[in-house]
Amino acid sequence: MGGIPHDHYEPKSKATKAINSRLPIIGLLHDTLMIPTPKNLNWMWIWGIVLTFTLALQIITGIVLVMHYVPHVDMAFDSVEHIMRDVNGGHMIRYFHMNGASLFFVAVYAHIFRGLYYGSYKAPREITWIIGMLIYILMMGAGFMGYVLPWGQMSFHGTAVITGLFGAIPFVGESLQTLLLGAGAVGQPALNRFFSLHYLLPFIIAGLVIVHIWAFHTTGNNNPTGVEVRRTSKEDAAKDTLPFWPYFVIKDLFALAIILAVFMAVVGFMPNYLGHPDNYIPANALATPAHIVPEWYFLPFYAILRAFTADVWIVQIVNFLSFGIIDAKFFGVLAMFGAIVVMGLAPWLDTSSVRSGRYRPMFKWWFALLVIDFIVLMWVGARPAEYPYDLISLLGATYWFAYFLIILPVLGVIEKPLPQPATIEDDFNAHYGPKDGGSATTPAE
Amino acid sequence: MSQTDDHQGTRRDFIYYATAGAGAVVTGAAVWPLINQMNPSADVLALASIRVDISAVDPGTQITVLWQGKPVFIRNRTEEEIAEARAVDIDSLPDADANNENLGAVPATDENRSLDADGKWLVQMGVCTHLGCVPLGDEGDFGGWFCPCHGSHYDTAGRIRKGPAPRNLPVPVASFVDETTIQLG
Repeated sequence: MGGIPHDHYEPKSKATKAINSRLPIIGLLHDTLMIPTPKNLNWMWIWGIVLTFTLALQIITGIVLVMHYVPHVDMAFDSVEHIMRDVNGGHMIRYFHMNGASLFFVAVYAHIFRGLYYGSYKAPREITWIIGMLIYILMMGAGFMGYVLPWGQMSFHGTAVITGLFGAIPFVGESLQTLLLGAGAVGQPALNRFFSLHYLLPFIIAGLVIVHIWAFHTTGNNNPTGVEVRRTSKEDAAKDTLPFWPYFVIKDLFALAIILAVFMAVVGFMPNYLGHPDNYIPANALATPAHIVPEWYFLPFYAILRAFTADVWIVQIVNFLSFGIIDAKFFGVLAMFGAIVVMGLAPWLDTSSVRSGRYRPMFKWWFALLVIDFIVLMWVGARPAEYPYDLISLLGATYWFAYFLIILPVLGVIEKPLPQPATIEDDFNAHYGPKDGGSATTPAE
Repeated sequence: MSQTDDHQGTRRDFIYYATAGAGAVVTGAAVWPLINQMNPSADVLALASIRVDISAVDPGTQITVLWQGKPVFIRNRTEEEIAEARAVDIDSLPDADANNENLGAVPATDENRSLDADGKWLVQMGVCTHLGCVPLGDEGDFGGWFCPCHGSHYDTAGRIRKGPAPRNLPVPVASFVDETTIQLG
């Protein structure tokens, strides 16, 4: 791997020399673990470890759950109850898996917004960003299909709604929906294949995670200043960085321990807080739950889906221009997927040459508004589709698109950035003082 | 036998294209069954028609039956409901098509949606045309059905009047077998 100059692994013993000359795996693991990492990383750089841990947690608990689960419409619900009541420790394993999904999305949203604030998506890290977006989309697919498996009321009717999204595509929608469901309606074929894919997706995600790590190990980590590590020489690079092991591993594990303490409290004391009671009612095709909402982590995009009704003027214009092919329903679907696409295009929409939001006085406020917008959309997505919530979701959806399509391109032109530190070392010393005992040498700090 | 010989080059090009073409066809032929297996299987498609006894359905009430995995609403409408549905101006409807599989493309009048000429019996799929939730009966701003998922309002003839749904509730293939039995499909 290219990247920041540093010492590579040199096998010393006879045995390691023999292995490494045949398969350089020790060198690969060593170089991966000892990667030079900017020494000014703050606490927002811990989410990668949390996400890696959560992926492993979900795969391990998932494999165990499959030993007891039955993917059949008549037995799925009962087999989940069997896990909850009869299987040794089954209720805890399932609650870990269930709330593990929530932990996964808490971490991924923190990770994504970290990237958006510090400009981690900008050149040369566009590929890291795009792979991250692919992982995020696959996570949503896995999360949705996992929610279907207990075959409760929310599982069943959620499936009807989500596959209905594909049915909204003009011309091919209905055939596509039938292809996805394997029948005209939600039933055994859908449950069976969602089970198969729910088992598959985490392994594809794991593969992409390796590529994601490979990509940013090649470019080097971003950092809170957005200033690149010096690559002029190994000595210069060493002034800006510390090896990942042990410095950042210990820091990340400490953060993970704190997050897991909160996670354990949720799993232990309020395991159903983030779920819906309706999903403990067996699936019934004849009645939709009175208030159907997706899991909390889908709510912002669900709000965008619902925001564009037929009485919104932009929907009417698009409908007219497309000769009625794009109706309000399809527009909503396009908006929902578009909301993720514009986020994926951020590297090319952001025209500012300054990476970190820390040195962008105007950007900071628009970014803060984006975070608030995301939370508002999450809140409004769980409300009924009526006044004033429809208006709020329309405003929220509009800001989401405006941020990526208008504000990011324009800010780069009109904004006057603050001076950035010349090197990471300067930034680090300004905070902690030069090394060998900061307190004595920096009275100002 | 020089490499620049036109005749030789053409033959080699032909082999390249033929090989690539055959490779593409074989890949497609191998992938298609793997996708097509997801389409409905023969036993799913075979669930054809059912008969429903409607003798116990009083005016102003409805039953919901499961047909081909989907709910079907069968409603015995009151005089007021029929009158209300027939008084609607067709031009004001968001979906002007009756969406009735028995009739083809016809205007969305109440007569074109009900099963009998008097308009007493209304048979329709209980699947919201927005995203497939099951609407609730005797609800909504128009006295018909209301979908709780995204707030679509249907009138007493099952026609979309307000909300995100684009189409009237579909009327499936249905007929009277005798006075008190309806056949679906």
